[in-house]
Amino acid sequence: MSLTTYEPDLADEELEAATEIRTSIPVREGIEIGPRRRIRSARLDDRFALLGAAAGAMAIAILLFGWIAPLSGVVGFVVVAFLAFVAIYALLVNTTSDGREMVDRVMTLVLASAGVVLFSALLFVVTFTLLRGLPALMNLNFFFQDMEFAGPLDGLDVGGVAHAIVGTLIQIGIALAISIPLGIVTALFLNEIGGRFARFVRTIVDAMTALPSIVAGLFVYSAVILGIGAERSGFAAALAITVMMLPIIVRASDVVLRLVAGNLREASYALGASRWRTVWHVVLPTARSGLVTAIILGTARGIGETSPVLLTSGITSVMNTNPFHGPMTSLPLQVFDFVRSPEPNFIARGFGTAAVLMLLVLALFAVARVIGGRGPGDLSPRQRRAAQARSKGDLERYEERAAVRRLEATVEPQEEPK
Amino acid sequence: MPIGAVVTDDRTLGDTTTTVILADEAPESRPPQEPRSLVPRPSRSDVVFRSVAFSAGGVTVAIMLAVGLFLSIRAGSAIQVAGLDFLFEQKWSPETGEFGIAAVLFGTIMIAVIAICISVPLALGTSLLISEVMSGRLKQWSITLVDLMAAVPSVVFGLWGVFFLQEGIIPVSRWISTYFGWIPFFAVTDQEGTALTDASAFTSSAFIAGIVVGLMVVPTQTSIMREAFMQAPAGEREAAYALGSTRWGMIGAVVLPFGRGGIIGGTMLGLGRALGETIAVYMIISPIFAINWQVLKTGGNSVSALIALRYGEASEFALSALMAAGLVLFLITLVINFAASSIVARSRSGAESEA
Repeated sequence: MSLTTYEPDLADEELEAATEIRTSIPVREGIEIGPRRRIRSARLDDRFALLGAAAGAMAIAILLFGWIAPLSGVVGFVVVAFLAFVAIYALLVNTTSDGREMVDRVMTLVLASAGVVLFSALLFVVTFTLLRGLPALMNLNFFFQDMEFAGPLDGLDVGGVAHAIVGTLIQIGIALAISIPLGIVTALFLNEIGGRFARFVRTIVDAMTALPSIVAGLFVYSAVILGIGAERSGFAAALAITVMMLPIIVRASDVVLRLVAGNLREASYALGASRWRTVWHVVLPTARSGLVTAIILGTARGIGETSPVLLTSGITSVMNTNPFHGPMTSLPLQVFDFVRSPEPNFIARGFGTAAVLMLLVLALFAVARVIGGRGPGDLSPRQRRAAQARSKGDLERYEERAAVRRLEATVEPQEEPK
Repeated sequence: MPIGAVVTDDRTLGDTTTTVILADEAPESRPPQEPRSLVPRPSRSDVVFRSVAFSAGGVTVAIMLAVGLFLSIRAGSAIQVAGLDFLFEQKWSPETGEFGIAAVLFGTIMIAVIAICISVPLALGTSLLISEVMSGRLKQWSITLVDLMAAVPSVVFGLWGVFFLQEGIIPVSRWISTYFGWIPFFAVTDQEGTALTDASAFTSSAFIAGIVVGLMVVPTQTSIMREAFMQAPAGEREAAYALGSTRWGMIGAVVLPFGRGGIIGGTMLGLGRALGETIAVYMIISPIFAINWQVLKTGGNSVSALIALRYGEASEFALSALMAAGLVLFLITLVINFAASSIVARSRSGAESEA
């Protein structure tokens, strides 16, 4: 016996009342809207205070270094000028505002100078390398030859780093072939399946994220080369790079997968999709851009590591395309090898190789932005056209079906419509 | 009651009238339902997915545990010979049985501390600048630039350190040692205690290596700190402004407390990387096997540089000693990373309170 309960609508009258005062968009006509206020803008006297402080600081520094005190050196000049600048600026602001605002202004100045110092230092490091490497990069043979026939006194028009480029690509390719599937599936395991073991895995991976590269090299050296007795090869180097990259990829993908909105997953489950279908059709496409970033982060760390390759593969100046046999050098290792020589040409080659390495990393980032730069559901023009075409096709199909159904209904009118 | 009969029963509960329909249906048309099992029966693809994912997790952990295991096994013979002296001996000659990591460990920590002293103020300032002061396109560009800089290979920093900073930093080092020489760290003296002013006394020092490693870890730290600062809740920021706070006051009252976990975590992750950095230190420093308190003076060492320096010519026993040194480095970074990630994770849960 089943029991069904009906309740009469008590709120009939209330409902009616509610329908009368519905939510509606307020009428905005007639309300004047002024020009949009600029919240952040510098007043004129702020700018004058900055300019004045800069001029005063320069004057003080020049005076101190030129006439009064026996000071010298570029670094000292910059430091003195900066300190004078901050002090004068604080004084100037203090004439018009209270102490709290003065602290705010001065701290903003300090933050800005930290940013300027950091960005200029990093950009200087990069441009220094690019500029010193330019003579080597200007010779096209640098990209297409190896160092087999280049003697120590040969000019830059002989020899190149093709073997190192190929070695890097092979090693990172093998490392990616292992670490992408393993890393992403592990991250899926942490997020989609969970449990006590997953928490343990996450703890271990977290602790391993900054595994010293030399330790990864030592591990592969002791496990593969001493343990199994394999020779030092590109494959061993790739394994060492994998050990380094894997925790980085797992951790970064884990963070990204955690950001996939739960209601998307639940919607998929509610439609009857299995766990695997949900992962394949909802979770992974949603997190795609983040996953690409995670892989690129790992690759960038792995591609620039010198010491694991030094330990497990060794240095060679000959092209070697077989990862299982013989030493195979990589770009960072080649840089390291070049600059140990006192010959200026070799040092120039070292800088050139470093520049090639940086360009490779930059290219990777560019590729990552192209592949993974869009958010979930954000389509490229081509994809949008494809989606529109699909949608149009669907509409035509519906209409065709509807026409067929109408036809059937007219042919067999005695059949009850479902 | 006849099968299929419908009984209508009006009951009064308070002022509401409830109509109850009791329907009895034919048992053969719909059999009595047992309570449905709420445990899903996984499809075949799910079973496969589960087991594959589980084994991937297992493989990952196995690799990571194998790192510690293999190092310990290989390090065993050296540690058996040296015993606890391994931590306190400064010399490194495994052939004569006199070897220990006191000097290299001291050098490693010294370089890492210098690196942190340089990188943390810069990272803190820049991340606050990006998250609080900058806006619009400039902000996006800065974020991208910092992320890009985090990917610059360490060997590039090493090149810069060797070919630019070695010479460029000498006047600064000399100035510090002249005017702050009364602080023992900054003095540069020979064995008799006379102050050195020779340029060659200032090259290849722990100070230079520390600066280079510091610059190397700044982008990573900046990135982590900025992320933590940007998660500070908007409601509390606005509340601070509404109470009349200046921007710096708001940063001090809201952003820094909320981002504390990020600051600590970022610092420690940077420290972990600084401790493990090999090639840049190896390129810059001139290796010595003695504890050198004078950071500006030439000579220093680090565990990873030691390994890179000596592995090639090492006998089996010397290799075991190197493995032991690697194991110590591994354990130190493990502890630091573990602490860092737990601090970051704990702070993250608090910052999500309001968007």
